[in-house]
Amino acid sequence: MSLTMRWLQMGLLGLGAVLALFMAANAKDALYQFHAWIFFAAAVLALFFMARNTMSGSYLQEKDTEYMDKVVKYGIVATMFWGVVGFAVGVYVASELAFPWLNWDFPLTNFGRLRPVHTSAVIFAFGGNALIATSFYVVQRTNRARLAFGNLAWFVFWGYQLFIVLAATSYVLGGSQSREYAEPEWYIDVWLTIVWVAYFLVFFGTLVKRNVSHIYVANWFYLSFIVTIAMLHLGNNLALPVSFFGTKSYSLLSGAPDAITQWWYGHNAVGFFLTAGFLGMMYYFIPKQAERPVYSYRLSIVHFWALIFTYIWAGPHHLHYTALPDWVQTLGMVMSVILWMPSWGGMINGLMTLSGAWDKLRTDPILRMLVIAVAFYGMSTFEGPMMSIKSVNALSHFTDWTVGHVHSGALGWVGMITMGSMYFLIARMFSPTGRLYSYTLVSWHFWLATLGIVLYAASMWVSGIMQGLMWREYDDQGFLVYSFVETVEAMHPYYVIRALGGGLYLLGGIIMAYNFYMSAKGRVRAGEAELAPATAQA
Amino acid sequence: MKHDKIERSATLLLILSFLVVTVGGLVEIIPLFWLNNTIEKVKGMRPYTPLELAGRNIYIREGCYLCHSQMIRPFRDEVERYGHYSLAAESMYDHPFQWGSKRTGPDLARVGGKYSDQWHVQHLIDPRAVVPESVMPGYPFLAQNELKFDDIADHLRTNAALGVPYDEDMIKNAKADLIAQATGENTEGLIKRYGKERWGSATEVKARDFGLNGKEKITEMDALVAYLQMLGTLVDFKTFDVKNVENLR
Repeated sequence: MSLTMRWLQMGLLGLGAVLALFMAANAKDALYQFHAWIFFAAAVLALFFMARNTMSGSYLQEKDTEYMDKVVKYGIVATMFWGVVGFAVGVYVASELAFPWLNWDFPLTNFGRLRPVHTSAVIFAFGGNALIATSFYVVQRTNRARLAFGNLAWFVFWGYQLFIVLAATSYVLGGSQSREYAEPEWYIDVWLTIVWVAYFLVFFGTLVKRNVSHIYVANWFYLSFIVTIAMLHLGNNLALPVSFFGTKSYSLLSGAPDAITQWWYGHNAVGFFLTAGFLGMMYYFIPKQAERPVYSYRLSIVHFWALIFTYIWAGPHHLHYTALPDWVQTLGMVMSVILWMPSWGGMINGLMTLSGAWDKLRTDPILRMLVIAVAFYGMSTFEGPMMSIKSVNALSHFTDWTVGHVHSGALGWVGMITMGSMYFLIARMFSPTGRLYSYTLVSWHFWLATLGIVLYAASMWVSGIMQGLMWREYDDQGFLVYSFVETVEAMHPYYVIRALGGGLYLLGGIIMAYNFYMSAKGRVRAGEAELAPATAQA
Repeated sequence: MKHDKIERSATLLLILSFLVVTVGGLVEIIPLFWLNNTIEKVKGMRPYTPLELAGRNIYIREGCYLCHSQMIRPFRDEVERYGHYSLAAESMYDHPFQWGSKRTGPDLARVGGKYSDQWHVQHLIDPRAVVPESVMPGYPFLAQNELKFDDIADHLRTNAALGVPYDEDMIKNAKADLIAQATGENTEGLIKRYGKERWGSATEVKARDFGLNGKEKITEMDALVAYLQMLGTLVDFKTFDVKNVENLR
């Protein structure tokens, strides 16, 4: 990259710093001002590091013929870090429901403010970093090309971390749009839009300059995820700020149209962020780890197009029996049930890739993790369509059953496929020995996480169905049997079990972080030298 | 095979996949802007008073919607527990909507007037003092925090720009109306602008020291309780005729 280009970039950063100062000087509320200062600090820091690299000329050493892997490695570290943070906050908020004194009656620690910290940390910080890092890794290798647009990938990485910090601090300090999984206020949304456009440019640019004729299936999923998330993000965050120097905004739409827009977004945050993107991961890392080709090329085409078409229609099942028009609800239900098929198409393609390599499940804990992820994917994509049937939803909606369903997908599918992929990458990119510190610890992680999910999902099934039935129970005289608070009281043991399950999952994450650290140091756990996993040969 | 063509062109893949993902949203969302049953008007709906709007913003800030729905479904048990099922028109001025997705606590769509101000204040400060089995966090700080409302007129103006029927008179008097409602003094203007006379609501605008912490101090507690006490009280279901063809859409 030319020197002129670097000067131009530094000029933009300087301009950004000035704009941030201007925002801070005119800020109408403390949160906005605090964020303006964060923006300023970020711009100045970036400027400092760019200037240093430009002076030393270290950027000249990067060759265009090599893969750009340092940004992937940063992404892996960020994934691990935010994963442990996100799980820990999750365990904490789960414990608050079991033991409400943990709220401390203090604004920053209240459930209402911490819950979005948990959801954003696991979905956007943990999941998002995993998606960005793996997509950068996969797109380079499957297209035999270095990431496009020079250091733009670094802007994507750091810009995205900045988004996470802004979002998380916003929630605890009281800035929220109250749109689930899209809580950040308008200026954070603007920032994410800029970062996301850069992300799209890097990914798509790399596809365009590829050195192979065909685009590999993993990239179809990554591309559709990036494009659809851009559409959803823009559509769902349309809002008018009270002042351009203040935090608060009001959404463009109101009432029923606002609700359907939110759940069009909300359901497809699941469909594209947490499904399509991670299917991209599945299509690369499972064949690699199993050393088998993808089971069916035809199936991958059919289920790709069917999946991305159908998912978008499923949003209304979040609004059954509400004031949304009936025909939209029914249409949403029908499409949700149809969605079962393309979802299982992906599951079958993932699982059957192991044909001829099933024995590896006995010896390879990483593959075991990747495969159980697909099994959980299959389970939750069966459960989802079932819950979207109106008469089932009448019982399940507003209860913990929904929470349990989300977590069997999030912990089982998203979490496990990510952690399996991370182990794959750690062995190749960080470990000087080309293997992990310990495969026994991977097995421990696997069982702790699996047991944690079982406790979580089972307790939420019981509590959700129980609460739904208690709400609608009548006695012989035709009176409601339970007051609302009696149903709350009945939840207590299940909330304790759920927190325990989450705790096990968190413990697994901590073990993984330790394993990562020791692997990066090049250590091999005593007595494991003779274990010869598939990763070591690559 | 034809798919080969798409796999060889990044641009074609991009355009086709984008087209495919737009369809569902277009079909399900766009018609709602014109359909009568999502935009119908029901007698009694009025915009929030400035104090209620400020209270609503605190409700949003504290994430109340994460545990409380504001959407009563048309089931026997819900109607008996919470009141008449929710109408689309009842959230027509809600930017953003607060229907919620989880009931860790009960639905609040019609909580207005069900409990005394005293109960709400006690319950918000220490939920387990009034409901021992509750798992709700306490919000004692709301009673301490003075409400910031210097820019309340801007909030009304923003809502007006989005289609909420706040007129110039309401925007101009926003601050005065807020103070009047939180103190219960000099309420003629407030009643004239937001009252039953003008909007045909089932209940009159209430004006008093909601937070019970003295009239000289307007706190976040005043605003939140004022909001909670008006929820679901606007439409008169004694006169709202469900079987009327007009309402069967």
